[in-house]
Amino acid sequence: MKIPMSWLNDYTDISGITPEEYNHALTMTGSKVEGIENTGDEVQKVITAKILSVEPHPDADKLKICQVDTGTETIQIVTGADNVKPGQMVPVALDGAILPGGKKIKKGKLRGAESNGMMCSYEEIGMTKEDFPDAEYGILILDENLPLGKDIREVFGLNENIVEFEITSNRPDCLSVIGLARETAVTFGRPFAVKAPTVKGSGGDINDYVSIHVQDPQICRRYSAKVVKNVKIGPSPKWMADRLRACGMRSINNLVDITNYVQLEYGQPMHAFDLNFLEGSQINVRRATDGEEMVTLDGEKRLLDSSMLVICDGKKPVAIAGVMGGENSEVKEDTHAILFESANFLGTSVRKTAQKLGLRTESSARYEKGLDPNNTEPALLRACELVEELGCGEVVDGWIDINHADDKPNRIAFDPDAINRFLGCEISRGEMVSALTALGFTISGAEAIVPSFRADVEGFADLSEEVVRIYGYDKIPSTLMRSETVSAVKTRPQKIEDQIKNLLTACGMYEIITYSFTNPNIFDKLCIPQDSSLRRVVKISNPLGEENSIMRTTSLASMMETLARNANFKAANARLFELAKIYLPVDGEPLPSEEQEVTLGMFGGCDFYDLKGVLEALLDGLNVKKYRFLPLTDAATFHPGRAAVLMIGGEKAGVLGQIHPQVCDNYGMDGEVYAAQIHFGALVAGAAEEKQYKPLPKYPAVVRDLALLADESVLAADVEEIIKKTAKNLFAGLSLFDVYQGKQVPAGKKSMAYSLTLQSEEKTLTDEDTNQTVAEILNALKKKLNIELR
Amino acid sequence: MKEQLLKIQEAAKLALENAHTAAELEDARVRFLGKKGELTAVLRGMGKLSAEERPVIGQIANEVRGQIENMIETKKAAVFMEERQAKLKEETIDVTMAGRKPQMGKRHPLTTVLDEIKDIFLGMGFSIAEGPEVELDYYNFEALNIPKDHPARDTQDSFYITDNVILRSQTSSVQVRVMEQQKPPIRVIAPGRVYRSDAVDATHSPVFHQIEGLVVDKGITMADLKGTLDTFLKTLYGPEAKMRLRPHHFPFTEPSAEVDVSCFVCGGKGCRVCKGEGFIEILGAGMVHPKVLERCGIDSSVYSGFAFGMGLERVVMRRMNIDDLRLFYDNDLRFLKQF
Repeated sequence: MKIPMSWLNDYTDISGITPEEYNHALTMTGSKVEGIENTGDEVQKVITAKILSVEPHPDADKLKICQVDTGTETIQIVTGADNVKPGQMVPVALDGAILPGGKKIKKGKLRGAESNGMMCSYEEIGMTKEDFPDAEYGILILDENLPLGKDIREVFGLNENIVEFEITSNRPDCLSVIGLARETAVTFGRPFAVKAPTVKGSGGDINDYVSIHVQDPQICRRYSAKVVKNVKIGPSPKWMADRLRACGMRSINNLVDITNYVQLEYGQPMHAFDLNFLEGSQINVRRATDGEEMVTLDGEKRLLDSSMLVICDGKKPVAIAGVMGGENSEVKEDTHAILFESANFLGTSVRKTAQKLGLRTESSARYEKGLDPNNTEPALLRACELVEELGCGEVVDGWIDINHADDKPNRIAFDPDAINRFLGCEISRGEMVSALTALGFTISGAEAIVPSFRADVEGFADLSEEVVRIYGYDKIPSTLMRSETVSAVKTRPQKIEDQIKNLLTACGMYEIITYSFTNPNIFDKLCIPQDSSLRRVVKISNPLGEENSIMRTTSLASMMETLARNANFKAANARLFELAKIYLPVDGEPLPSEEQEVTLGMFGGCDFYDLKGVLEALLDGLNVKKYRFLPLTDAATFHPGRAAVLMIGGEKAGVLGQIHPQVCDNYGMDGEVYAAQIHFGALVAGAAEEKQYKPLPKYPAVVRDLALLADESVLAADVEEIIKKTAKNLFAGLSLFDVYQGKQVPAGKKSMAYSLTLQSEEKTLTDEDTNQTVAEILNALKKKLNIELR
Repeated sequence: MKEQLLKIQEAAKLALENAHTAAELEDARVRFLGKKGELTAVLRGMGKLSAEERPVIGQIANEVRGQIENMIETKKAAVFMEERQAKLKEETIDVTMAGRKPQMGKRHPLTTVLDEIKDIFLGMGFSIAEGPEVELDYYNFEALNIPKDHPARDTQDSFYITDNVILRSQTSSVQVRVMEQQKPPIRVIAPGRVYRSDAVDATHSPVFHQIEGLVVDKGITMADLKGTLDTFLKTLYGPEAKMRLRPHHFPFTEPSAEVDVSCFVCGGKGCRVCKGEGFIEILGAGMVHPKVLERCGIDSSVYSGFAFGMGLERVVMRRMNIDDLRLFYDNDLRFLKQF
C-alpha cells in the first residue's frame, strides 16, 4: 500500500519527522515500511531556461540548433521538436541530469553540432496529459514569467514523500490513509483526528429514486447508499489525481475518482452506479444463479454461479459484490445521476468469488480480510462531501441503510499484571492505557472495549500485542527460561542417521539432496515392471508440472538424474549418496508411510566391488552383524549378472549393483554406473547397540593358503560359509586373494585362492592340528560343492 | 721403541683425521690395531726388550693402544653423524608438492549448517521432533488457527493431494503433533522439508527446508523468546551479532515478530548484502496463540509458550555467500566439493 505522507498529515501531524525516522518507527510498531520514495528523486538537474534563438541544423533537416539561457550561462542545445520558438520558457535537462526511468542526459554531438542538454516534454519529466491537458505535442512550454534556472521539482511541487507499507492480513483497517494516520499518531505520540464529513444536500428524497432489497443478509451485512443527481462528469482536480497516482491508481473521471479516493482514505470500497441504467430503479442484493453471465468493467464476460453474491437491478446483475462493477451500469461521460454504494460483504464470500473468477481487485483484497460494518456510513458521507466540494453533482437528501451487522463491541478483560507476566515486562498500567486509548480502545475498569475496526483483536494475547508493539519490542528484556532442566538427546534413528553420513563421507561419498516429488515417467526409465507396487504413488493434484507431479516411491531416479547431470558436467567420476524419504501409499489411510532410504551411486573408475565395499564399510561401521549378499538376477533396473540383494538378519534390506545398460541409455549415460538402495529402517534394526570386548589372542595364528578348483557357478559366499562352519572356533580370518579362469584351468572351472587364518584360544596350534582342520575343510568343500584342491 | 710407538700414535692420529667414511675408519683400525697392524707388529718386538724396559714400554704401548682406540671411537661417532647428515641431505624432497589425500566425501552444505543449528539447540535442551511431509490440512492450517478461506492461505500456495491432504507448507505442523502427543514442559525443534507452489528461480524452490522451534511450559514469557533467540543467533553468528524483533502477524502466534539479525558482512552499517538496512530478516516467531494451545488440549490459562521458524536455505545462502538456491538441488560435484 502506497500513501503520500502529505495525505497522512490531513489526519495527524508529521512535521519534523524525516523519512528515515518514519520508516524505522512505523516498522517497529508493526506497519512495515518497504520504502519511502520522493517523487522528486527521479528528476534531477532539470531547470527552467529561456530559448534565445532557434536556427536550422546545417546537416539535418529535422533538427534545430537553439541557444538557451539557463540564468547562469547560455548553452547550445540541439532538438528535434517542432514547437520551439525564441522567447519561450522550457524545462531543460542539463548535462548529468536524471529523468524518470533512470535515463541520464549527457552532452554530446548531434550530426556534428554540439548539444549540452535536452529540452523536455511533460512525459520526459514524469508528468501526464492530465497534468497539462492543453499542452501541445513536443517540448513543454512553461509560463514565461518563471525565474530562470529554477529547479523544475520546485515548479511542479515534485517533492512528495510516498511511503510504501506492507500491511499484514490481520490489519485491513491499515489499508487506508486514516488507519495508517492513526498508527503514525500513536507511534510518534502526535494528535489524531478524523473530522466527520458534512453534506449540505440539495433536497429531494432518495426513496423517490431507488429501492434496495438485501436477500442474503448473512453475506451482505450492511448496504448503505446515497444518490447524486445532476452529475457533471469531468476530470478530477489535480490534487486528487496526484494523490491517486501517488497511490498507484489511474485518474478516470471525477465521480469514479471520488470512489477510489474514499476507498484509499477510509479503506471502505465504494461503487458508483449510473442510476439511469438500473432497470426498475432497484437494487437487489442476491446470489447469482448458476450460469448467469455479466460483463465486468474490464470488458470480460464472467460466468457466475450460485455461490457468488451479485448486485442486481430489477432484472440483471450490475456488479459482482465486492469484486467489480458491471459494464452495463458504468459511470460514463453522459451520466446524469448516480448511486453510491458503500456496503459490507462477508470476507470469505468475496474471497471465494474473486478466486473462482481469477479476479482480484483493490476492493476484493480489502473485503476478504474482513471490514468494519460501521465504516460504510462515514465513507458514504465522505464521498458525498467530495461531490459537493468538487461541485460535480447535487446530493439528494436521505440515505438507504440496510444494516444486519452485529454491532456489539468485543470486551476483553484488561489485566496489566497478567500482560506483564506474559510478556516478561514491567509496563505501567498508565502506559498501557494511553497506548490502547490512542489505538481506539476504550478502557473501562478491568475491561478493554475493542473498536469495531479492530476485529483482529479477540483476546488476551491480542491485547498484549497491542500494548507491547507500542511499548517497543526492543525494550522487552532478554531472559532465559526458568523451566525445569530438560535433557535433550538425539533419538537412536537420529544418531544412526548422523553415523551413516559420517561413514559414507569417510568412504569418499558426497551427500546430495534432491526433490521429493518427481516425474511419473521414472518407472519406465528405471524399467520397473508394470505391476510393481512402486507404481502406486501419492499424486499432487496441482503440481507445478508433470515432471514434479508424484511423490517418489524410489530414490533411485533422483540419484540417476544427479549422476547423469554430473556426467554432463564432464565429471570423470562421481561418488554420491542421499538419505532420501520415499512416500508409500497405505490402504485405508489418508497419509502415506514416509520411509527413508540410503541411496548410493557411482560411476568412473569403479566396479561392483567398490560399491559393495562402501556398503560393507557402512554395515561394519554401524555394527550390523548378520548381513549377506545374494545374487539378484531378475531386477530389470540392474545388470542381471552384477546385482545383489542385501539381507540383514534374514530380511531383504536393499539392492545394489550395476545399473542395466538400458536404464543408463534412458538417462543418457554411457559406461558403467553402480547404485544401491538400502532401507534405513533395516539398518536401524540391524545395528547392534553394544560392542563387547573379546580378549586378545594369547596364542599365535597359523596362515594357510588354499588353492581351490571349483565350478565357475560356485559362489564365494557359499565356499566361505563352509570353510567358516568347518573350521568352527579355530576360524580367525579368510580372504580371497585371487580368482582365475582361463587356460591354466579346465573349461567351466575357476581357481579360487584363499588365505585362511586359524587360531585357538587354548593353545598354540601344531602342524597336525592345522592339517587336520584343513583336511576337514577340503572334505566338506568336495562333498558339498565338488571343489578340489588345485 | 718408545719413539716408534709415539710415531705410530701420530700416524694413527693423522690417518684418522683423514678418514671420513666408516670404511676408511675400518681401514685405519686394521692398519694400526689389526692382527697385522703396526702396533701389533711393534708389540711383537717386545720380547727383545730388557726386563726393565718391558713394563715401561708395555705401559706406553697400552696407552698408545688406548689412545688410538679412543680416537677411533670418537671418530666413529663423528663419521656416523656425517654419514647420516649426508643421507638426510640426499633424501630431501619437495615438500610443496601435493600430498596424497585419502578420498573423503562431504556432507551437503544444507546438512552441515543444519547439524550446527541442531547442536546449538540440543545444547539448550531442545529435542529434535519429526513429522510427516505429506500432512493433513488440519495440522498444517486448521489447528494453527488458519481455517479454510483464511487470507493467510493465499501467501502460502500449497500443493494438494486431496482436499484434506497437502504437502506441508510449514514445519509448524509439527508443533501441533508434538503438543498432542506430549504434555508440557515441551522444548523441541523440528527441522524438515516444506513445499510451496513457487516456480523455481534463484531465490525460490518448490521444496525447501525449515526449522521450527516450540517451547511450552508454565510461565514462559516473550522475554524468554527473545533470550532464547538471542543466544541462538549469537552462537550461530558470533557474539557481536545483534538481534532485532519487529511486530508482525502470524495466525498461530500472538504477539508475533519478525526477527532480524545484524548483517554479518557489514556488522549493521549497511551494505550490498543487507541492501543497506544493516539487518537481515532471519526468522519469524511469537507467543503460541492461546487458541492453538487450547486446540491441542493445553490449558492456556496455566501454560504459555513460544514458537519460531526459519528457512534453512536462506541461512546457508547468506552464510556461504551462495547466490542461487538452485545450486542446492542441482548437486553439481563442483559445488558440493567446496564445502
